[in-house]
Amino acid sequence: MSRVLLIEDDRAVREGVTLTLRRRGHEVEAAATGEAGLTALDAFRPDLVLLDLMLPDKSGFEVCRRIRATQQIPIIMLTARGDDIDVVLGLEAGADDYIVKPARGEVLEARIRAVLRRAAPVDGGGPDPAAERAAAEVHGDLTIDRAGLLVSKNGQDLALAPSEMKLLLYLSATPGRVFSRQQLLEHVWEHSYHGDARLVDACVMRLRTKVEDSSRSPRYIQTVRGFGYRFGPV
Amino acid sequence: MKPPVPRRPALGTLARGLRARLVVAFLLVAALSALTTAALTFREARTAILKRTQDTAVQALRAQVNSQVPDLRFPPRTVDLVKFTQELERSGQAAEHWTIHTRYKDGPVVPGGRRGDKGIPEGVQKKVRAGIAAFQRIEVDGEPLLVIGLPVAYSDGAGEMSGLEVYAEVRLREDKANVSALVEAAQSGALPAMALALVPALFAARGVLRPVRELRRATQKITAGELDTRLKVTGRDELADLSRTFNDMAEALEENVAELRRMESNSRRFAADVSHELRTPLAAMTAVVDVLDEDAAMLDPDTAHAVRLISEETGKLARMVEDLMEISRFDAGAAALHLDEVDVAETVRKTLQARGWQDKVAADLPEGVRARLDPRRIDVVVANLVGNALRHGGEPVGVTVRVEGAADGRRLLIEVADRGEGIDPEVLPHVFERFFKADAARVRSEGSGLGLAITMENARLHDGTVRAANGPDGGAVFTLDLPLRRGGEEA
Repeated sequence: MSRVLLIEDDRAVREGVTLTLRRRGHEVEAAATGEAGLTALDAFRPDLVLLDLMLPDKSGFEVCRRIRATQQIPIIMLTARGDDIDVVLGLEAGADDYIVKPARGEVLEARIRAVLRRAAPVDGGGPDPAAERAAAEVHGDLTIDRAGLLVSKNGQDLALAPSEMKLLLYLSATPGRVFSRQQLLEHVWEHSYHGDARLVDACVMRLRTKVEDSSRSPRYIQTVRGFGYRFGPV
Repeated sequence: MKPPVPRRPALGTLARGLRARLVVAFLLVAALSALTTAALTFREARTAILKRTQDTAVQALRAQVNSQVPDLRFPPRTVDLVKFTQELERSGQAAEHWTIHTRYKDGPVVPGGRRGDKGIPEGVQKKVRAGIAAFQRIEVDGEPLLVIGLPVAYSDGAGEMSGLEVYAEVRLREDKANVSALVEAAQSGALPAMALALVPALFAARGVLRPVRELRRATQKITAGELDTRLKVTGRDELADLSRTFNDMAEALEENVAELRRMESNSRRFAADVSHELRTPLAAMTAVVDVLDEDAAMLDPDTAHAVRLISEETGKLARMVEDLMEISRFDAGAAALHLDEVDVAETVRKTLQARGWQDKVAADLPEGVRARLDPRRIDVVVANLVGNALRHGGEPVGVTVRVEGAADGRRLLIEVADRGEGIDPEVLPHVFERFFKADAARVRSEGSGLGLAITMENARLHDGTVRAANGPDGGAVFTLDLPLRRGGEEA
């Protein structure tokens, strides 16, 4: 199915997750430390990284940042619920999603599939299928190629992480339409309606630093106070 | 607990306060001593003045009588007496302004018709007749008079009484003026004395009141939770003793509270640590229960049963540990509220949909109610209440969303009602307690026993509350009651 790199320090959790994912047809490479994980990244070439935030060398965020510096593959954090700060830091470091431990195999599987769908070029995920045409759309300085999953600004390609890409595609499919955080969680992250809205906020923040001229006065990803976010209209 | 508001004493309290009482007492003492002094002085002075007046008058009269009597023939006729009387009066016009009456033996009082002998007191007349000079003070028509009676004796040395009596009435008005001046002086002295007494009174009141006020302030601070409050002890009087005792009490209190807090936080941290430590092995176990479930069918029945049991209980254990961690976070004050403005009807509907409860629950959800709340926590609350109602009550479970109250204090009410037997009124106050089981016979319920406790904590985190009651038609009714807030987006 897919190639999963698991970076987790606890042996039992590492073995349990590896076991259940292999049963579901994934190819799993497990690393016990951040350094080993980064090494495996080049050799194993995974489709996705499962990353425990609380590595003994506390390098979970650092590992996340270093992966993001070169690659836009999906990263899912493994975290304990309630360790709120960790989640926020992990999202700021560029993670696409997080899973709260303990999690059953089916939860892991569902989340992995959702994240991989975000990275796949087939389904843009826009609410209006008619918008998914081969031709690239132009919004101001932004050029969005839905089919090729390419976004460029002033002719320069932007490196967007899977959730950033999907969020941008989803919002820009209907410029001017407002989506609540809960709606975005359901459609972009495939979380339940009551998921963690910080995923949306963190992703919007990261996206803005890449597409906006100034994050303070955003032109493309606009906040609608009390309701949520909308794209443009430019 | 509401912090105690430092109260300004009411006017009534102020009047009855220590300061007022002390000042009034001081003033009373000052007034009393001033008045006593004035009264004594007045009496002494008045006596002295009157005595002097009397002495002067008596001496003057005696001198006049002595100088004029030799001109009188004896025994005098009435005409002689009248002349003698007029002479005496004239001689007194300069200084004493007296009125003279005379009488010889048992003759009439001369001059008669003016006041007669009725004006001259009996006592004086008697003494004079007995040969003793006498005087008495009387009051006629509100005017004080001094009546002096002098018997006249022959001057031949034998001292034989001549039978002639001379009476003089001297007006005392001017002396009265003197006396009133004295009273005035005493009064005008007493008032400044009382005013001066105010100063030491206020000082004394301050000396007593300052420690009392500090004591009160310190007590208020301790009540407000500032247990390290101590008083500055100065002096060795009873108030200093009181301050010292207060400090001892505060110290004991502080130590006890610190000890209690330490014990409580220790036990809470212990619960949190235990759940945290349990979580890692549980994470590994939870990850593989799917594998157990899938393969159970291929195992022999006993092993399959055992494997399924382990799988099920692992799930329960994981939920319980999650609930414990959640409660620990509330206890540690680490539960964060991530507020977002949402559509309440949609929020509740999604909760029911996510758990497949749409068909079991009759929902009355008015559209267009938007509120600022933490969607994840409200999801937990509604799921807990509805899940509880489905387990213990009876279908159909009703969920109603309502908005109540005036514009400034609007409240969002989410009501979950079931058709079960309701809750025993005796256990009603305890249903939100941790690990409380309404039915003693049921050793274990589906949940962790923390569901309603977590529900309550979540409501409190929203500055709201949850109430449990029995509906009018039977069945339990749980009501989540939150302040309805709008606007803003970031938590």
